[in-house]
Amino acid sequence: MIELRDVSVRLGATEALRSVSLSVEAGEWLALIGPNGAGKTTALRALCGLVRCTGQVLVDGRDVRTLGRRELARLAAFVPQIPETPPELTVAEYVLLGRTPYLGYFGAEARSDRLAAERALERLELRPFAERFLGSLSGGELQRAVLARAVAQEAPILLLDEPTTALDLGRSQQALELVLSLRDGGLTIVSTMHDLTLAGQYADRLALLDRGVIVAEGTPREVLSSANVSSYYGANVRVVHDDEGVFVLPLRR
Amino acid sequence: MVADAAAARGKPGIHARGVSTAWALCAAAFFVASLVVGLGIGPVAIGPGAIVESALSHVPFLHVHSPLDSVQEAILWQLRAPRVVAAALVGGMLAIAGSAYQGVFRNPLADPYLLGVAAGAGLGATIAIAYGPGSHQLVPVAAFAGCTCAVVLTYALGRSAGRARATGALVLAGVTVTAFLTAIQTFVQQQRTDTLRDVYSFLLGGFSTATWHDVAVAAPYVVVSSIVLVLHRRVLDVLALGDDEAATLGINVGRVRLLVVAAATAGSAAAVAIGGLIGFVGIIVPHTIRLLMSTSYRAVVPLSLVVGAGFLVLTDVIARTVLSPQELPIGVITAFLGAPFFAIVLKASRTIR
Repeated sequence: MIELRDVSVRLGATEALRSVSLSVEAGEWLALIGPNGAGKTTALRALCGLVRCTGQVLVDGRDVRTLGRRELARLAAFVPQIPETPPELTVAEYVLLGRTPYLGYFGAEARSDRLAAERALERLELRPFAERFLGSLSGGELQRAVLARAVAQEAPILLLDEPTTALDLGRSQQALELVLSLRDGGLTIVSTMHDLTLAGQYADRLALLDRGVIVAEGTPREVLSSANVSSYYGANVRVVHDDEGVFVLPLRR
Repeated sequence: MVADAAAARGKPGIHARGVSTAWALCAAAFFVASLVVGLGIGPVAIGPGAIVESALSHVPFLHVHSPLDSVQEAILWQLRAPRVVAAALVGGMLAIAGSAYQGVFRNPLADPYLLGVAAGAGLGATIAIAYGPGSHQLVPVAAFAGCTCAVVLTYALGRSAGRARATGALVLAGVTVTAFLTAIQTFVQQQRTDTLRDVYSFLLGGFSTATWHDVAVAAPYVVVSSIVLVLHRRVLDVLALGDDEAATLGINVGRVRLLVVAAATAGSAAAVAIGGLIGFVGIIVPHTIRLLMSTSYRAVVPLSLVVGAGFLVLTDVIARTVLSPQELPIGVITAFLGAPFFAIVLKASRTIR
C-alpha cells in the first residue's frame, strides 16, 4: 500500500531522514517510534507530500510526486499532532471540510458529500453532536471529531501524528481503540507514537528510528527489546514480555 | 446502519450553515436603511418616500414624477448620492478585505492595513501632494500605487524569509515595510512642511469631496475583488485548519494565500485612494458578525461586504452631522469605536485559545 524507497529529507542544515526504506501493507497499522528528533514526524510528512524528499514514495503503487494534490488527498488523510479546531464551526461543518478533495475549487458540498460526512459521524458515534459547536466539546469528543474529519476524506490511508499527545491515559486508550476500529474497518494506519507500551499494544508493526535512520523494524516483540530501548532512548527500562504483550517500564537509576 | 437508512431515504441530515435567509434579509435591511438615512439627512432633509419617488423618476418609461425641486434634486443626486455610494463601496471593501485577511493569516486582529497598505498610501499621497501639480488630482492614483508597491515589497520580503513560517514572516515583513515607508514619508514632509495640512487631511480620510468620478474609479476594483473573496469563502474555512491540514486536503496553500491577498489588497488600495485611511472597519464589522451569529468564513465574508457598506454610510452621516456645519474626519469616529472593540476582541480571543 505504501512504500518508501531510499527516502532522504533535508531540513535546513540537518538531514532529518537518511535513505529510509519501508513498506506498509494494506490494512496494517505501522507505528513509527524513536527518541525526540529521530525523524518520526518527518517520515510521516514525507508520506503525504508535506516535505520535499529525494528517493521514491509510492502510495498504492504510484509515485507521490506524480500525483496531484487532490489525488493524493483522496489516498491519504493526515491528522497533525495538535489540529486546529475553529470553535465557531459546528461538528458537521468541520467534518464536511474533509470532503474538500472531492469539490471543485469554488465548489460546495453535494448530496454525496453530505452523506459521506454523515457516515463518518455515525462511525465515530458523533451523530448527536452534529449541530454542536467545536468550542463546546470535551477533549474526548473533539478527538473523535478530528478523526471523523479524516474519515470523511474516505482515503484508504490514515496518517496520525502523535494521536495521544495531551490526552490522559484513559483518553489515550479510547483514542487508540477508535483508531483500531478504523483499521478493522479496512484503513491502513501509519502513526507516530511516543508511548512505547501503547505502541506495542495497538500497532501491528513498529519501525524504530534514530537520527533519521531505521534501526529496527518488526513486530512489537522484536523491536521493543530492552537493548533497543536503552541504547536508542538512553533510558533505563525493564521490558516485560507476557501473554498480553510487551510492557516498557521505566526504572529509576 | 442508521446512515444506510438515511442514505436509502436519500436525505442527508447534516449541512454547513451558509448565510441563512433571515440573516441575509437583516443585512440587506440594514444596508437599505443606511442608504435612506445617508441620502435623507443633512441641512436639507429629504424624506424616504421622496427619495424613492425621485429615484424612480430617473428610470425611463416609468412616468413617475419627482416631488423634489431642481435644487433638492441636485443636492440628492450630485452631492449626497456619490458620497453615500463612495462610503458604501469603501466600507464594504474594507470589511470584506478584513475578514479575508483574518482568514488567510489566521489572526483575528489582521486588517486590510496589515501588510503596509497604510504606509504605502501615506507615502504615495505625500509625494503627490509635495511634488505633484497643485490640483491634487494625482493623489488617489499615487496612493493606490503606494499601497500596491508596499504590499509587493512586503510579500517579497516575507517570502525571502522562507516558506516554513509563511504567515508570521509576512506579518513581520509588513511591520518592517511600514517602518521604512513611514520614515521616507516623514523625510518628505520635513522637506515640504507647507503641505502638511493637505497630507494630513487626505490621510484622515473622508467623503466630503466625493464625486461620481471617484465612485467610477474605485467601483471596478471593489466589485472584482469582492467577487474573488466571496468565491473563496469555503477555501478560507479550509485554511483555518492550518497550512498542513489544508495542504493534505488538496489545497495549494501558497497560491490561495497569494490570490486572496492580491484581491483584498487591490480592493483596499482602491478604497484608500478615494476614502483615505479609515481604520478599524475591517476589524469591527467581521467581528460583530461573528459575535452575533458565531459562524465560519462561509457566512462572515459575504455578510461583511453588505454590513460594512451600511456601517460606513452611517458613520459618514455621524461625521457630517455631529459638529455641523463642520465635518469630523471619519477616521476619527471609526478609531473611536474601533479601539475599545479591538480590546474586546483581544480579550475574547484569549479566552477561546
